[in-house]
Amino acid sequence: MEKFTTLTAIAAPLLRINVDTDAIIPSREMKTVSKTGLADGLFAGWRYRTLGSRDEDPGFVLNQEPYRRARILLSGANFGCGSSREHAVWALAEWGIRAIVAPSFGAIFQGNCVRNGILPVVLAEDVVADLAHQVSADPAARLVTVDLGACRLTAPDGGTHAFAIAPADREMLLEGLDAIALTMKRDDEILAFQARDHLRRPWIYLGEVVRK
Amino acid sequence: MGRTIIDKLWAEHQVADLGDGTSLLYIDRVFLHERTGSVALKELAAAHRRVRNPEQVFCTMDHIVDTFPGRGDATRVPGGTAFITETRAAARAAGINLFDLGDDRQGIVHVVSPEQGIALPGVTLVCPDSHTCTLGGIGALAWGIGTTEAEHALATKTLVVRRPQSMRVRFEGTLAPGVTAKDMILKLIATHTAAGGVGYVIEFAGAAVRSLPVEARLTLCNMGVEFGAWTVIIAPDEAVFDYVRGRPYAPQGAALDQAIAHWRTLASDADARFDRELLVDCDTLAPQVTWGTSPQHAAGIDGIVPDPATESDAGRRQSMQRALAYMALTPGTPLAGLPIQAAFIGSCTNSRLSDLRAAAALLRGRQVAPGVRAICVPGSTQVRLAAEREGLHEVFLAAGFEWREAGCSMCFFAGGESFGLEERVVSSTNRNFENRQGPRTRTHLASPVTVAASAIAGRLADPRTLASRG
Repeated sequence: MEKFTTLTAIAAPLLRINVDTDAIIPSREMKTVSKTGLADGLFAGWRYRTLGSRDEDPGFVLNQEPYRRARILLSGANFGCGSSREHAVWALAEWGIRAIVAPSFGAIFQGNCVRNGILPVVLAEDVVADLAHQVSADPAARLVTVDLGACRLTAPDGGTHAFAIAPADREMLLEGLDAIALTMKRDDEILAFQARDHLRRPWIYLGEVVRK
Repeated sequence: MGRTIIDKLWAEHQVADLGDGTSLLYIDRVFLHERTGSVALKELAAAHRRVRNPEQVFCTMDHIVDTFPGRGDATRVPGGTAFITETRAAARAAGINLFDLGDDRQGIVHVVSPEQGIALPGVTLVCPDSHTCTLGGIGALAWGIGTTEAEHALATKTLVVRRPQSMRVRFEGTLAPGVTAKDMILKLIATHTAAGGVGYVIEFAGAAVRSLPVEARLTLCNMGVEFGAWTVIIAPDEAVFDYVRGRPYAPQGAALDQAIAHWRTLASDADARFDRELLVDCDTLAPQVTWGTSPQHAAGIDGIVPDPATESDAGRRQSMQRALAYMALTPGTPLAGLPIQAAFIGSCTNSRLSDLRAAAALLRGRQVAPGVRAICVPGSTQVRLAAEREGLHEVFLAAGFEWREAGCSMCFFAGGESFGLEERVVSSTNRNFENRQGPRTRTHLASPVTVAASAIAGRLADPRTLASRG
């Protein structure tokens, strides 16, 4: 997984609440059993004028210069609610988004972000609105900086905002860790748990012999 | 201080305390389907990692499969067949339990899971599907995850989880006839917004919950994710123990007695404290129907389309304005009476036998209004077979409904079958998002009885105005 340390980039405002994962990547755009090939379908229902077409709607923020080069997305509360489809995160990452700033996130989406090198930054609604306002004056010059090491976001006017992130999530992003490999190091603990648990809750273990 | 049901289940499944409120939790069961599980199995194999306990992993076909009678691997979803065939091959290679097409255990994952006794009280169960919270209805700690986390659970039997805050929602009072679990959950979301549960694991409790049959509890919990919750759970009781008895993967005989003795301990202690408490009064609850493009856009069927001008919060106001434009609705319009073009009964929310019985009781001897396309998709092959044994399919067919094979069907549009452009649909599903059910399709979420009453009227209709012919 790609590491996330600091990022200074164009930030695109999409200030809508409850942006759901069906909107981020419609089901019809998930065409193959794969994590790739999804950027084209990102926000397809909003980016393109008609369903299934690639005829861009110039009114949609990510179709506008310089937001086409945005690496940060500013959005409303409950971003990424709805379906668990990790394709939403894969599509955002493939398109180029590395950080999303919103007042809150859908829980599954937030977890998916961290596992794919995208930083979810939780900041108050008025702060996000102010960032959007600052950026819009000159988006190509008025950049936003996100520093994960310091857990700090710097606005175009130099104002700084501390943000919170679970320590384990922060470490995973900073180091680009493989979570499965990390957990596999605890194999002995998992086996010991199973041996204990099998005595306590035998009905859980469907006809199998717990490996000792 | 007393412990909540969540405290108890957390402690019981904790393999290691990782600090900062984060735990390595043991995962008892993993369930997969061909839409997202396919990618997880494929990626795991590509990384040369094996499924750690394949006996405790299950997979079904529900999202992409067609629901027409006589279906096979061919599907109307472009590229869809690959999801079916690749899932089948990967499931066989991994040695997991597969409920394939043609298997009478096939169906929507969250309908099959309790039906087969795979989801049980007190188990941890994950699935790369957001509606996994449904299984909280039988007292399972079950939640939706992404594909990468599914790989983690498959490879290690564990997940790294940060403990959410705790909330209890008490639904008190008695439901009036024609008012259902679907109306309870829509009311909660409408009152406290689709983000009201973000950051929480929630226990649903109260007299109105206690009196719900098990299948209705599954409906109530199904839309916990639409409330933003990490997951939701209802403490298991005698009704649940009776439900579990005799299910294929459930413990039997002495093992069941031992399990039930354990399950009886899985309730929040009287002095347990929650970080937040909410109350929903069910005595005055009317059947709910959505008017917008978020589940929080719901109101009583006897209500009107609200006016965004009266909303003080700017974000919510803009969301309402966008929703009304998408739905082609004007503030002040009565919800009952809005003409519809289609009616859908199905999905992991409302497709169980009790849902079909309740809808059939209204449809018996009545007809779907001219010009309305009406479809019923049983949630599982077992539900379909049970319904057919009771003759319910004849009631649906005689009324003018299509009667389908089990699957997720038109709960969402994947490029194949859909409702028409800008058609207004009353639907027993869980999401009314833009373009969810089809190109610019206008979805009104409601209970199965409200869908049935509306199909007959050809307009959104109050089920309380129709006499049951059950």
